Amino acid sequence: MGVITEIRDSIFRATNRLFAGPEPKRIGIYGPPNAGKTTLANRIARDWTGDAVGPESHVPHETRRARRKENVEIERDGRTVTIDIVDTPGVTTKVDYEEFLDEMDEEDAIRRSREATEGVAEAMHWLREDVDGVIYVLDSTKDPISQVNTMLIGIIESRDLPVLIFANKTDLEEANVKRIADAYPQHEVVPLSALEGQNMDTVYDNVAEEFG
Amino acid sequence: MPEMTNPDAGRDGPGDGVQIDLVSAARMDGLTSMEKVRLILDGVRDGKIVILEQGLSPDEESKLIEVTMSEINPDDFTGIEIETYPSSSARKGGLLGRLMGGSDDNKLTVIGPANQIETLHKDEDLISALVSRR
Repeated sequence: MGVITEIRDSIFRATNRLFAGPEPKRIGIYGPPNAGKTTLANRIARDWTGDAVGPESHVPHETRRARRKENVEIERDGRTVTIDIVDTPGVTTKVDYEEFLDEMDEEDAIRRSREATEGVAEAMHWLREDVDGVIYVLDSTKDPISQVNTMLIGIIESRDLPVLIFANKTDLEEANVKRIADAYPQHEVVPLSALEGQNMDTVYDNVAEEFG
Repeated sequence: MPEMTNPDAGRDGPGDGVQIDLVSAARMDGLTSMEKVRLILDGVRDGKIVILEQGLSPDEESKLIEVTMSEINPDDFTGIEIETYPSSSARKGGLLGRLMGGSDDNKLTVIGPANQIETLHKDEDLISALVSRR
């Protein structure tokens, strides 16, 4: 490559950097297993990019690797907020392969549990190193004051990351959003059903406001 | 707080019980994060219940989860059960709470093998757990 071509390319790259917008923030979707994290990630990705992020399942630990969907452009009130969404495996302190035996044979259950443990460790690493903000997803039919939730929200707060708490599964009769709001009064709690697409306008308003 | 152990408990054998280690804040103060995680997991993997007078920092809790995950295997270790009170993040206002003097470390913490300890009830000032022998 000639010197002139190299100089031209260098100028081109420098100009691109100069006029490019800020890097999209990486927003980690965290929460316990089966809270609906992947359903939410898919809902956001489909609404704004047309693609899904990953498969959903009622069996815990379906997501065993963090998956990033880049450059999700969310339009609110005439402006565009660009984020990368990172769907993470559900965090837990225990994984027992026997819990999967109703759904699969022993070999698959052991493999799933091994991948699940690797996924949880990976999710913790992302939280410490690689995310700029957190959407914490809770199943609003369940007690929100579990030890894992308390620990994870404590870890997020200790890193001073912006966080929104999403009270998911409001389409279910047993949903209790107030219980979540009472448990974490220091954070914005947004009710939604990622599965049914309920209250998504408010979800996107909050995402644009918190992470834009 | 003294460390209380029963040298015969937590081991296989007829009539064995469940060993409980009460670890003082002073004992933990001199340890690095990984040494704390190691102390906890070595105890728990031996079938002991470890009670910390002073809990872990959020960063140490994060490392504890990560290292626990790396040690789970189908044959003999399914992970840990952990409970603390007070539930710090629920009662303090995040950064503001910490600036006002709240320390997330000041929380009694109970940790045990997931297949031996089950939390029956927990609120702001009581943890009730069922501990079974292996």
